[in-house]
Parts: sequence; C-alpha cells; structure tokens
Amino acid sequence: MGKVATREAYGSALAQYGADERVIVLDADLSKSTKTDTFKKVYPERHFNMGIAEADMMCIAAGLASTGKIVFASTFAIFAAERACEQIRNSICYPKLNVKICATHAGLTVGEDGASHQCIEDLAIMRALPNMTVISPCDEIETNLAIKAAMELDGPVYVRLGRLGVEAVHGEDFKFELGKGVVVKEGTDLTLVATGLMVQESLKAAAILADKGINARVVDIHTIKPIDKDLLVKCAKETGLIVTVEEHNIAGGLGGAVCEVLAENYPCKVKMIGVEEKFGKSGVPAALLEKYGLTAQQIADKVIAAKN
Amino acid sequence: MDKLKMLDLQKKATIIRKHIIDEVFSANSGHPGGSLSCADILTTLYFDEMRVDPKNPKDPNRDRFVLSKGHCAPALYATLALKGFFPESDLNTFRKVDSYLEGHPNMDYVPGVDMSTGSLGQGIATAVGMALAAKIDKKDYRVYSILGDGEIEEGLVWEAAMAAAHYKLNNLVAFVDYNGLQIDGNITDVMNPEPIADKFVAFGWNVIAINGHNYAEIKDALEAAKKSDKPTCVVARDIKGKGVSFMEGDYGWHGKAPNQEQRDQAISELDAKLAEIEAEIAKEA
Ligand SMILES: Cc1ncc(C[n+]2csc(CCOP(=O)(O)OP(=O)(O)O)c2C)c(N)n1
Ligand SMILES: [Mg+2]
Repeated sequence: MGKVATREAYGSALAQYGADERVIVLDADLSKSTKTDTFKKVYPERHFNMGIAEADMMCIAAGLASTGKIVFASTFAIFAAERACEQIRNSICYPKLNVKICATHAGLTVGEDGASHQCIEDLAIMRALPNMTVISPCDEIETNLAIKAAMELDGPVYVRLGRLGVEAVHGEDFKFELGKGVVVKEGTDLTLVATGLMVQESLKAAAILADKGINARVVDIHTIKPIDKDLLVKCAKETGLIVTVEEHNIAGGLGGAVCEVLAENYPCKVKMIGVEEKFGKSGVPAALLEKYGLTAQQIADKVIAAKN
Repeated sequence: MDKLKMLDLQKKATIIRKHIIDEVFSANSGHPGGSLSCADILTTLYFDEMRVDPKNPKDPNRDRFVLSKGHCAPALYATLALKGFFPESDLNTFRKVDSYLEGHPNMDYVPGVDMSTGSLGQGIATAVGMALAAKIDKKDYRVYSILGDGEIEEGLVWEAAMAAAHYKLNNLVAFVDYNGLQIDGNITDVMNPEPIADKFVAFGWNVIAINGHNYAEIKDALEAAKKSDKPTCVVARDIKGKGVSFMEGDYGWHGKAPNQEQRDQAISELDAKLAEIEAEIAKEA
C-alpha cells in the first residue's frame, strides 16, 4: 500500500463528513498544504481564507462557534499551537467553544523548512489547556476516524497532523475510541508507547528487538488528552519498563503525560525518547530522524540500553 | 544613478538570481518566487547603501537588515555570499542536514544575518527593536527590512508599524515587496491588504511608492528616507519570479523547486541576461 500523509487524510475526511451545514473550514493562506482545499473543492461556500493572520483566525473561529457552527481551523502546527496559543486559550478553551484546530506540518518531518517551522512543543502546550482534547493520529484511517470523532464531540479539539507520507498501521476494521490507546503489537518484556508516526517507527524497532530476543509490546496513543490511564497502568504492571516515543520535545509531551499517570498510579521505570531539548534543523525527513535519534534502529538501541 | 553603477548592480542581481535558482534546485525545495522578486532591493541595499563589513559581521555600529519574509532566505544568502560574508560555494548546501544555511535564516549560524526569521510578521517587529536601540544608544546605524505583501496581513506588522511611528524611528526603512501574490493566490483574493500605501501613511509613516526592479528608484527612496523624521515604508511594486520567464507572475512558483530541465532553462535565460549586461558594461567603459 502507498504512503499517505495524515494531512491528506484530514482533507479527505473533511470532504467526506463535511455535508453538515454547520461545518465551516478556515485556513490561513496554506490551504494547499493543510489540504483544506480538498474540502473547498466540494463545499467552496463554507471554506474561508483568513489570510496570513493565525491569531485572528482562532478568534474568528471562536465567534463562529459561539453561534452554533462546527469550526475547523487549519494552519501549520507552529502557527496554530504557538503563534495563536493565547487566542486558543482565552477565546476557545476558556469558553469551551466548538473549534477543531487541525494543525499540519507538526514535528521534525516538516523537513527542509527547518527549525522555525518544526513544531515540537505543541502536545505539551495544547494538553496544558483546560477543556482541550488532544489527538495525534498515526495513519490515514486513524486520522479519518479522529476527525469524525472530533466533529461529534462538542468542545475544543487539537489534532496534530504530519506532512510526510506514512504507512498504514491499522486495517479497514479499525475501531477508533477517543481516549483509548491501542495495542498494535503484543509483548511481555517492555512497552513502547508511541504517538503519530513514531508508532510505525516503534513497530519496526520492536521487530529489531525481536531478533535480539526481546519481546516488546507496542501501544498507539492517539489521544494524548484524556490519556488512557488504565491501559498505561496495565502495561506497566505486565511488562515493567515503559518507553515513550514521540516526534516532539521530550519535555511535556507524550512522555510527560505518561509519566504523570505512572508516577501517581504505578511508579515504574520510564525511558522517554523524543527530541532532546533542541530546536530542529533543515534536512530531508529521514536524515532528520537519524540526526535526532528517532529511527527504528536508534529506538531499539535506546531500549536495550534502558533494559541494562 | 550613473550608468556603470546601475549596470554593476544589474550584473550582481543577475548573479544573485542564478544562485537563487541553484540553491532551490540543489535543495529540491524552497521559495524561488519571492526570492527573485526582492533580489534588486537586496542588491541595492548591500552593494550601494548599507554600512556592513564582511570581515567584521558583528560590528556593533553596522547597519542592520532583517528579512521579515524569511522564506526568501535564498536571496539573502546569495547576496551575503556575493558580498563576501561566506563562500559562494556553500550555497549549494542550502537546506541540507549538516549545512548552516537553514531553510529560514538563523543569526547564530550565518555570518551577516542579523535576525533569525521565518515566522511572518515577527521580523519587522524585531527591526523596530533594533532601530529603537540605536536611538537609546545614540548610534547612527540604520535598520532595513523587507516584508512580503501577504505578510502584512499579520496583525503584528501593524502593531510594529504603530510602535515605529510612536517612537519616531526615522532610522528604519521597511520595504514591502509588492508582488501581488501569496501562497493561495492573489493577495486581493486571499485577504485584501489594500490600500497598502495609505495604511502606512495612516500609521504615521513616510511612504514612497517605487518600481522594485529600478535601482535608481530604490536608491532615491533610500536617500529620501534619510531626510524624513518618520520611519519610511517603500512600497516596491515588483514581479514574483522576476528574471525567469516561466516563473514570473505565477504563484505556483512560491514554494516549489524547478526540475533539471526547468533549472537549465532558468539558468540559460539568466546567462543570456548576464552576457547582455557584460556587453553594455564593455561599451560604457
Ligand atoms: C506566521 C506565518 N504564517 C504562515 C507562514 C507560511 N508562509 C510562508 S510564505 C507565505 C506567503 C507569503 O506571501 P508574501 O508575504 O506575499 O511573500 P512573497 O510573495 O514575497 O514570497 C506563508 C503563508 C509563515 N511562514 N509564517
Ligand atoms: Mg507576495
């Protein structure tokens, strides 16, 4: 099967589920990149370009939502979660308005645009906001169902999407349940808890570990908030070591969320793999994953080091 | 402007345009359209206006430049390399993983870059800070910036504009690279920022409208700015993709790399232009 970027899956999902007249889609001069142009082709009368004005877009989204619209607001993650952060907090989360912030080009795999465009702090920032639901899907089908779930939920949602084409993890029969992690590979020796395209990388790491006689479980955490406490505690009890893997700063993201749960409920050894408190760099995605230690081989090596 | 001077600037700008094409080609990504549109402004700034010394890039008394539309890094890098801040041969490392030439300029990596940019709207506000510092320290350096005409849709630009006028920063010159296009199309279709000149006038700036590909007009605007007691905005009407026939006026070339064939055609057009200029220089000399 070919690779599909989660941003593409987002655009298609908008077009698929966007018949509801209440759905309004906003963009900030990036509609070809965020893929909201896929929705625009079907429902041009409900797609509005706000120009290069992300803070304004978030507040306009809030105003629209206050009248009963279901608003999708898209731009790159860096300009959504960070440029317009305080607007999201005070005009969307505080009044608990029905705005879905679907932010594309998250993480290092933005590639050549470089550090200024590589958002590696959004999970930490967005999950710190009261009333916000945070979703970080890993493949096409999970994105499609996440967008459907976001549309059905009444309240603010942040969806983290990628630029890079990724392989499918889930099959056609996949059931998406908001707030529930998914065991994508069983295992007994440790659990790799991953999100976004690190799910694919963790599955490959688990295969490398299997060759070395280490049986790793792999869990896909698509909902960062509310996080699946029960599953995390269960994995900690059954496999001991927990290794979190994310294309995000190790501070405050998936690793932080997992540690908060385990520290309070079942203290155990956790190894956090992610971007280690550094800004990104320009480069092709594969070279960047290598440079920042996020390839399957590097993940496997870190697991082995953590086990010893 | 004297004819030879003009021809020299034209020659340099053409070399810069060739570099822009090859940077974006070698990176297989980047922003040729807006880089080509602002090449003549950058050339005039660095080769006929700014007080900068490639051997002393951190001189505290140097004039500053902020590329507020940071995605046009290929144009800035080519200009700085030609000026001697770093080897022209490094330009083909643009956007590669071990290069110091990031997709958007980083002031800690690149000699001659005065501010890290890439997030639209922020550069002009940092330029206001630099100009304010010159006033505080009673220094005579000047601060220059280039903004995109899509970029000025950012509210932050207007907050910065208000502050510059409020603090009477007549040592600041902001160019608006008025090429009429942004990513999703014509600026007037996406989010109309017009009337641009009138807006800056209303915000308390000295505003000069010019042709952004005319060196004499660029230079005259820079001289006029020195006589103003307000910050100056130069609204420079120009052409996105200028100098490469198939890129001119097409927003599709905002952020797209040419393939080998397109690269070769672009370079041959620019080489022909260069030969023309050389011939004219020979005639004049
Ligand atoms: C805050 C912010 N929002 C969005 C972007 C993405 N972006 C990069 S270039 C661009 C269009 C810029 O158009 P314009 O300012 O007219 O530049 P030019 O035509 O000179 O290339 C956009 C939206 C960005 N870099 N920064
Ligand atoms: Mg423009």
